[in-house]
Amino acid sequence: MKIFINGQSAISPQETFTGNSLPDNPVNYSANGFIKCIEPSVREYIDPMTARRMSRIIRFGVCSAIQCLRNADAGNPGAIITGTGLGCLDDTEKFLRTMHNNEEKLLNPTPFIQSTHNTLSSAIAIIIGCNSYNSTYVHRGGSFENALTDAILLLRENSAENVLVGGVDELTDTSFNITSRLGFWKREPVESLRLLDYKGRGSLAGEGMTFFLLSNVKNERSFAVTEMPELFHKPADAAASEEKIRSFISRTCQEGSIDLVLMGLNGDISNDEIYHNLSGRLFSGIPRAYYKHLCGEYDTSSAFAMFIAAEIIRNQTVPRVMQLDGGPAGKIRNVLIYNHQRNNIHSLMLLSGC
Amino acid sequence: MSVAVRVFVTGIGIISSIGFNCEETEDSLKSGKTGIGTMKNLVSVHSGEIPVAEVPASNEELEDLARIRKTGYSSRTTLLGIIAAGEALRCSGLDEDIGSFRTGLISATTVGGMDRSEKFFKSYIQHKSGGRLRYIVTHDCGDSTAAIADTFGIRDHVSTISTACSSSANAILTGARLIKGGLLDRVIAGGTDALSLFTLNGFNSLMILDKKGCRPFDEDRNGLTLGEGSAFIVMESETVTARIGKKLLCEVSGYGNACDAYHQTASSPEGGGAYLSMKQALHCSGLTPDMIDYINAHGTGTKNNDLSEGRAIERLFGYLPVKFSSTKAFTGHTLGAAGAVEAVLGIMAIRNGWIYPNPGFARQMSELRITPEKKLIRNTRIRNLMSNSFGFGGNNTSLIFSEC
Repeated sequence: MKIFINGQSAISPQETFTGNSLPDNPVNYSANGFIKCIEPSVREYIDPMTARRMSRIIRFGVCSAIQCLRNADAGNPGAIITGTGLGCLDDTEKFLRTMHNNEEKLLNPTPFIQSTHNTLSSAIAIIIGCNSYNSTYVHRGGSFENALTDAILLLRENSAENVLVGGVDELTDTSFNITSRLGFWKREPVESLRLLDYKGRGSLAGEGMTFFLLSNVKNERSFAVTEMPELFHKPADAAASEEKIRSFISRTCQEGSIDLVLMGLNGDISNDEIYHNLSGRLFSGIPRAYYKHLCGEYDTSSAFAMFIAAEIIRNQTVPRVMQLDGGPAGKIRNVLIYNHQRNNIHSLMLLSGC
Repeated sequence: MSVAVRVFVTGIGIISSIGFNCEETEDSLKSGKTGIGTMKNLVSVHSGEIPVAEVPASNEELEDLARIRKTGYSSRTTLLGIIAAGEALRCSGLDEDIGSFRTGLISATTVGGMDRSEKFFKSYIQHKSGGRLRYIVTHDCGDSTAAIADTFGIRDHVSTISTACSSSANAILTGARLIKGGLLDRVIAGGTDALSLFTLNGFNSLMILDKKGCRPFDEDRNGLTLGEGSAFIVMESETVTARIGKKLLCEVSGYGNACDAYHQTASSPEGGGAYLSMKQALHCSGLTPDMIDYINAHGTGTKNNDLSEGRAIERLFGYLPVKFSSTKAFTGHTLGAAGAVEAVLGIMAIRNGWIYPNPGFARQMSELRITPEKKLIRNTRIRNLMSNSFGFGGNNTSLIFSEC
């Protein structure tokens, strides 16, 4: 069964939400360790009273989800599934802070209510009035892939005809500060588009809210096809990773038919070394591209990668700023997305034209 | 899908306030011992006034039970999870050999390593460079799952679900579907949640913690009682169980997931989402309401849940003499672990021919005609059991387990 992408939407540090879906002239940030999303015009999606009570991740997430449904021209979906590595951080922090400061007394329940990881999936359901299947995956760098797996499984089961699936994560001052202490980010200011030029430790923190409307029925809006993604965990060595990637490729497409590999290079040398090593073994002669200089590093950045890959297929062009070693010469049919999180969770996705 | 693949349960494991393992849990259920009492491990300003259902052990003692290297750095959620998952694997005979089939772990949690992060945060809010980083790296929900996967060498599929109080019911649902869909042969699914100040104060701020201890489906009920614990089940496809001649505990015969889509914390008065999830579970299993011999209700003891769930049960089951009860007054509400805790209790009910009583119940709810069980029923046959788990955000899931 083929799984079609009938609509998508991304709120990101790029202008992906406001018409420039494939950033050929991207925003170049002078970044002190992080880049943040460009704010959507919330009032076009949520009434101001409701929006005021929502934290940023919920507001932006709902906007992105609704825009995705509009782009797909779909009614209520047969399921709503999100993946988020860290969930509603802002509300979690808010509640923790007042809990400690007020010594557990006189607490406002709102941040607690909105701190649960499933807040976004259910907020979307409440706003659009959708009683269908609803779930939330929260497994670090595999959160979006878990959600995507569930979505495709539902479509294959014929439990749903349309599934809204997304990957969302927010960056807060606190989470940035704590992860900086853990050494995740570059300490010196960087120009975001030149992320790979700064050899050394650390990446650039980011965030995003990306949604897809997937369907097991092709219609006039369908523009790409996605295969069942695959995650693998803590590979023993490069050879083990190589074997996993080879078997994924042979399961999802014909040998030699990959036109582009979109990789999760993030500017941290120990992280990027893994991609470079495997490229030699697996992707020689195949054009490669990267995306994290556009969206930053976060748990569900692979959802942004899938968005970009689908736009590349739709537009049949790879923006120069994403190319690692020149763009594909001919038609772009199959795009492999390969991402990993600190060599613990490796993710493979394959998108094709339809 | 062409031929429906059957999914069987071949192992169970549990730890909660009423037992460190299956055997102790069964003893407590038999003798009517509940786990609700005064806080001993958790340190809170509310300790004298709000009862909880704690696992009676320190983290250090839990490290021993988990049979892992003592570091003092694991979150309580992780330790509880390793203990319950370990028991489930031993029960299924998999502690020696996990690699022979495509095996997945799906765990569920709502607070993750919050018991550690709130300690970190206490220092952090004094100063941005404060707080030991070892206490914050276990914060995310995936941490406990990754630790369980590492402990038992599970590599093929590892994921974490968080849908509030239905989290681990959804872990079981997803696991069964991954097997039926042919993606995995075997899944260890369940959930784990430790008590934390965060959840205690969160539910307290909502004013839904009953200071007398929870009284599900009672006219005078006044909220829930928080518990902690973990439970896991091992599910295997019939191809696997047939090939290696496994002992089968029961079959996962149906499941339904629906969203109430009414309010972030309140359920709709008529229990629309609850009705849908139960109805879908029945449809999935091909059973009719009269074939369900026992419903283990979500029954938290809040005014709102018990009314909407009760109404949804009445609407779906008509006024059949349906037997139901909530076991929340035994274990407390274990949040993300509740669906799996109650699945394990349900499987024990099928195996032993038991229907559990509903501690805390004294007075019939005026809005309902159905009445929960008051005493433990023994030597009864449970062909099919329904287990409900309903969460914040209207994330409702119902599971059906059947004898085999």
